[in-house]
Amino acid sequence: MASTIKREQTLDKLFSTITFSAAFLVLAIIVSIFASLFKESLTAIETFGFFGFISSTAWDPVREVFGAATTLYGTLVTTLLALAMAIPVSLGIAIFLTELCPKFLKPIFSTAIELLAAIPSIIYGMWGLFTFAPLMVEYVEPLLQDLFGPIPIIGQLFTGVPLGIDILTTSIILSIMITPFIASIVRDTFNLTPVQLKESAYGIGATRWEVIKDVIIPYSKAGIFGSVIIAMGRALGETMAVAFVLGNKHAIATSLFDASATITVTLANEFTEADSDLYLSALFYLALILLGMNFLLLAIAKTFLARKKKV
Amino acid sequence: MTEIAKRKIVNTFALSLACAAAALGLFWLIFILADVLRHGIAFITPELFLNEAAPPGMEGGGLKHAFIGQLLITFFAVLIGIPLGILGGTYLAEYGRHHWLGRLISTLSDIMISVPSIVIGTFVYAIFVKPIGHFSGYAGALALAIIMIPVVLRTTEEMIALVPWEIREAAFALGAPYYKVILQVVYRGAATGIFTGILLAIARIAGETAPLLFTSFNNMFLTTNMNEPMPSLTVTIYQYAMGPYDDWHEMAWAASFVITLFILGLTILGRIIIRWKYKH
Amino acid sequence: MSDPIMTINNLNFYYQGDVHAVKNMSLEIRRNQITALIGPSGCGKTTFLRCFNRMHDLYPGHRYEGEIRYEGGNLLERKDITELRSRIGMVFQKPTPFPMSIFDNVAYGLKLKGIKNRAELTDRVEQALKQAALWEESKDRLKQSANSLSGGQQQRLVIARALAAEPDILLFDEPTSALDPVSTSKIEELMVQLKQDITLLIVTHNMQQAARISDRTAFMYMGELIEIDDTETMFTNPKQKLTEEYITGRFG
Repeated sequence: MASTIKREQTLDKLFSTITFSAAFLVLAIIVSIFASLFKESLTAIETFGFFGFISSTAWDPVREVFGAATTLYGTLVTTLLALAMAIPVSLGIAIFLTELCPKFLKPIFSTAIELLAAIPSIIYGMWGLFTFAPLMVEYVEPLLQDLFGPIPIIGQLFTGVPLGIDILTTSIILSIMITPFIASIVRDTFNLTPVQLKESAYGIGATRWEVIKDVIIPYSKAGIFGSVIIAMGRALGETMAVAFVLGNKHAIATSLFDASATITVTLANEFTEADSDLYLSALFYLALILLGMNFLLLAIAKTFLARKKKV
Repeated sequence: MTEIAKRKIVNTFALSLACAAAALGLFWLIFILADVLRHGIAFITPELFLNEAAPPGMEGGGLKHAFIGQLLITFFAVLIGIPLGILGGTYLAEYGRHHWLGRLISTLSDIMISVPSIVIGTFVYAIFVKPIGHFSGYAGALALAIIMIPVVLRTTEEMIALVPWEIREAAFALGAPYYKVILQVVYRGAATGIFTGILLAIARIAGETAPLLFTSFNNMFLTTNMNEPMPSLTVTIYQYAMGPYDDWHEMAWAASFVITLFILGLTILGRIIIRWKYKH
Repeated sequence: MSDPIMTINNLNFYYQGDVHAVKNMSLEIRRNQITALIGPSGCGKTTFLRCFNRMHDLYPGHRYEGEIRYEGGNLLERKDITELRSRIGMVFQKPTPFPMSIFDNVAYGLKLKGIKNRAELTDRVEQALKQAALWEESKDRLKQSANSLSGGQQQRLVIARALAAEPDILLFDEPTSALDPVSTSKIEELMVQLKQDITLLIVTHNMQQAARISDRTAFMYMGELIEIDDTETMFTNPKQKLTEEYITGRFG
């Protein structure tokens, strides 16, 4: 009897140790990702420094001078444009799903939005390159050029020959990709709004829209903010959809119709071609910067979403 | 116009915009799916699955090598990723549920799920490909496994946490040790949920391209040696789509169709199982 | 004796799936009085209360039959529900402050009505807060979030918010069941004062509360009105056996 108990205790200890090791592995992986990327970047860090690297627009593999400014710029511009387009649409979808959609349609529509999120990014890239970019060249971009081209200052954004492989096309595709993420998180936080709170706004005679605008959205602020940050992280790190339609041009673009490069596209196109240690190290440095930005954003988002849960 | 009439107009207008946003979302989904279907289905032929790649520009090639490579890489990724994910999730939901380290790992996993997959690719390149000196199927599987682990871990944790605590107490009351309670009671209660999590994790890695670019790389020939560079459907799609030949584009569409169908199928299956299981 | 502000004739209400929740109710609600609705839980008193501001219209599958006569028409057939709701306010069981400042909460209904003049808003917010006996506690912190108030204060804030819109009638759905005894007595005092200006309908499971503050009491059971009478008569000399059993605590 006593020996059985002893054996059970040993087995339990063993099982708990195994599960702990598996969980601990996640921590170990994260630490080693940072450590190994840092180690590989060391040559580039020593050569270019930090501020020197991120502020330099040079990217010249032949002369071995590298800077992150052009790719950071491309990454941030496409991400911010994508967010600007995705946020209003996502809020609209979330409002539709929680407040307007007839009950029998809800599961169908929710699944549709989740499918949009499940489509792999390479498919977005294929579709973008072969279907969407040609449409942009033929219809959308000339139209935009005619409409906004003559306006001073704004017109500058629409100069150049529209080729479809550019910042605008990329941002639109990115915005389609991140919309379902924002929409589904925002829907969940909308659903957390207490029914009585909504009813008491209706109770003083607010219209449906007024209830949404004045009660539901303010109540869900933290969730909306968190979802936007998560979507931002996703757009920053998106590779394949962007690789197909952004070109890979290391320059500071001034027009929406310019090709550009992001950190991810540069990695995808140049990593296997890097022929010197410094070149490869500069690419690892870019990856490290991307990882750092992403980690920071997600940590912020987690804090916000967690705070919301507690209240 | 009275105040109330104005408010009603604003109301109608704003709500119409929300409906329009929803319609736009649906429009993109249908547009993309219909496009992949339209382009892809025409090139789904027996040769696609049975033939290996023809030399560039030659007719009659297939993607057998890429299908097999994809399956092998995915298989090994699942082999590594799923047990580790489930065990880790078990720790977080059971032994470590009140431990600060458990909470920390849970949060870090959430963050890791969002780490750009191309960064995981560069990591595996640094720790695996570079020391060994060549690309390999194993490296690709490792990269996908690393992407899978936090996904499986977090769903396992959540699904296990849904099993009511009273059920564990009932098992403890019968004198079962904790590990038996977990293995025989908790896992049984959470099985459907964990299984769904696995399906969704496979769906997630099946479409990954970026982390394979510099791990398993690519290969125009059929190989079952995981220690060699190995082709995958996704990297092949990228290479073929960016290439100059029309029949490459056709095969890229066909492969896109197969992959989309597979992933959406898994996703829908996962949803159906969840809905069926947690309805009552 | 005051005249009726509302007359309910043969009111029936069904939830989705034809669940008959309110059965053939007929009664009068008298102006400037407090009418209490009592009955065991699940008897339909809250459902009945929510007919008056057409709260059920937010959810699909509901059906009204019969008539609630108000302002010369049938309230159940009115199309301007939004406006109706600004005339018939409601206070819920749990306090429902909106996620905004104390001032903005009270001003909310006024802003909906299109009042933008800052001076007028300030004036009426103050008046409403005074009416709800919250002014002294809140006048120095109007800009603070409404969530910084205690539960009892929040409930008075919600009442002030409803009062600011100058309603005819205020509906209370167990307004004190989530509050401590001190806050409860403050709210009860407040309700008694309020009937000088408006008409109050209160759903309560607390019979002492009904006895303390209401002028008339209606007893509901299984969706039906069993008895309605002056509160005093009701609690001392009920006509129905069922009423007597309920108020003496034999069931419920």
